[in-house]
Amino acid sequence: MTEATEKMTGARAFVECLYREGVDTIFGYPGGVLLPIYDELYDAHIRHVLVRHEQAAAHAAEGYARATGKTGVCIATSGPGATNLVTGIANAYMDSVPMVVFTGQVPSNLLGNDAFQEANITGITMPITKHNYLVQDANDLPRIVKEAFHIASTGRPGPVLIDLPKDITLQEIDFYYPDEVNLRGYKPTFQGNLQQIKKAASLIEGAKNPVIYAGGGIISSNASKELIQFAEQIKAPVTTTLTGMGGFPVQHPLFLGMLGMHGTKYANYAIQESDLLIAVGARFDDRVTGKLKAFASNAKIIHIDIDPAEISKNIKVDIPIVGDAKWILQKLLKYSPASASDAWIDRIDHWKKDNPLYYVEPATGDGIKPQYIVEQISEACPDAIIVTEVGQHQMWAAQYFRFKEPRTFITSGGLGTMGYGFPAAIGAKIARPDKVVFDIAGDGSFQMNSQELATAVQENVPVIVAIFNNGYLGMVRQWQELFHNRRYSATCIQNSVDFVKLAEAYGALGLRATRREEVRPVIEEAIASGRPTVIDFVVECEENVSPMVPAGAAINEILDLERKA
Amino acid sequence: MRHTLAVLVENKYGVLSRVAGMFSRRGYNIDSLAVGVTDDPTISRMTIVVRGDDQVLEQVTKQLNKLIDVIRVTDLRSEESVEREMALIKVNSDVNSRSEIMQIADIFRARIIDVASKSMIIEVTGDEGKITAIEQLLRPFGIKEMVRTGKVALRRGQKSS
Repeated sequence: MTEATEKMTGARAFVECLYREGVDTIFGYPGGVLLPIYDELYDAHIRHVLVRHEQAAAHAAEGYARATGKTGVCIATSGPGATNLVTGIANAYMDSVPMVVFTGQVPSNLLGNDAFQEANITGITMPITKHNYLVQDANDLPRIVKEAFHIASTGRPGPVLIDLPKDITLQEIDFYYPDEVNLRGYKPTFQGNLQQIKKAASLIEGAKNPVIYAGGGIISSNASKELIQFAEQIKAPVTTTLTGMGGFPVQHPLFLGMLGMHGTKYANYAIQESDLLIAVGARFDDRVTGKLKAFASNAKIIHIDIDPAEISKNIKVDIPIVGDAKWILQKLLKYSPASASDAWIDRIDHWKKDNPLYYVEPATGDGIKPQYIVEQISEACPDAIIVTEVGQHQMWAAQYFRFKEPRTFITSGGLGTMGYGFPAAIGAKIARPDKVVFDIAGDGSFQMNSQELATAVQENVPVIVAIFNNGYLGMVRQWQELFHNRRYSATCIQNSVDFVKLAEAYGALGLRATRREEVRPVIEEAIASGRPTVIDFVVECEENVSPMVPAGAAINEILDLERKA
Repeated sequence: MRHTLAVLVENKYGVLSRVAGMFSRRGYNIDSLAVGVTDDPTISRMTIVVRGDDQVLEQVTKQLNKLIDVIRVTDLRSEESVEREMALIKVNSDVNSRSEIMQIADIFRARIIDVASKSMIIEVTGDEGKITAIEQLLRPFGIKEMVRTGKVALRRGQKSS
């Protein structure tokens, strides 16, 4: 051995590995089998954020990752600790977020014996991780951690789990951290095929009505700047998916807003009328495409994605280009023509003018429309990071916040996890303390992880939870109104909690607004307070997200649901 | 349409369940599966027969390639490769039928590997059609038990997978 090694336990090696990977923060919750690791963490130069439920550790690590682009790290004990992470891991997997998840495990000699707090977490998480490991020898730990961070953060990012039996953390090893990984089964394609890129460029040259449809891949490959240049050069309008929001500035004249079920009418019309669809880092999800057969049926399709398995998974494409979105867009910029024609853009501008997103103020009184709150947050704090829970408020946030830059919109897209937003906001705020961070929440979603108020207060993480309190599980209620004859089965949660008192009970600031003119002042007060804050916005209770494409319909069959004043 | 895939994987704990799990959760059916270590002891080779059209085959191949422990996936087209299965068939036999059964085995170049007073075990190797044919011929005597391996296959000519 020529390499310098040092004797240490597996637990100490765990901390050493995190140092080598540049990890400054981990989110976790201790437990019996993790005692050796937590003993090492006691004086490690790593911030450990103690959550109040392991699910929150996973979501917070994800929020941290999405706000920065770095790999998020969380840890939980064996058995229930590990299974509580499952939702968070699945969420990161669906939205392709780089995460390394550590779980404690019962000692190796008890594995498979149904020991106390034993769960087969590698088996359980196999379909929701990019890869996972059960460490069987502490000497393998440094290599495994190195591989895990590499796998999580390259190619199509995703969560990787490492299961650590207790005896592994006590085993003494000669620590040596490898410089590189050698995985013969994992060689993601980064550079796109030039022939394919040139073919794409010639399709672009011949296109009259091109549309760019950009997804979360724009954010994860940091390709926002290239996307803007590319769109301007070929003069193509840009629509983004929910997870792509922030990847293209809302105020840009070529921006169409979000597409799909709750997208703008003009984004959906543009897709349907286009003769060339350029999909970048997007996966033709059913919430985007509606009826698949009718989606962009007149268009040739160029599909740029780092994951070859996404090509032709849902829709047959004409020109696939596998590789990194940023790299490919840079090349496309070189080969694509500059467009001179304004006819298509003029047509789109007409659609924009005729079919804007809109809502009407309440006919009587001074009640609060939820869309208005989003607009006010957007005005008061245009550079904020917006994190959301899942439901109506999430769609309003995507529709009405004027995002300027990537990594400012953090939301559970693929899995649709209620309870995601608050812990993810805590993770985002810890990663970006310079930013104001809002969790736009529903009164239903917030209650799924409201215990994290204790984390925010104890760790002094001043996130602002803006609850759009309509007394319903609003999105489900909306579907019941539309498709189940207003039979509100199990969706009414009116008057169940005093959110102001709840916040105060945890030592956070609790504010409430019930009238329109109170909205802006409470937002300002929350920002100025510098404290973890919950704002209870009492909003119109049967407001619908509009427009809407009913499930299974073509995306141009889009309905107006806003009640006219 | 059936396809035979040769899948080279890391010879490690849990790999079979990763592969099998991918098939089940994505709704693909495995018709047969055979696994064994290769000349390189760190690599196992799975021969998987899967049913589906070209689009299914494409997705299966891509999804297999996404698994970190999968090193290479090759579609073995039948005209370019050789395929074999083996079966062990325990068939009723007595003094009267024994020679007839042995004749059938002989025709199929199968081997008798166990003889008891009331039964014998025949080992037969070949492609799927041959195994099915001998099975049908032996059925009238009464098949007591039978086991078939999954298909194994190699591409003809130079080593390419």
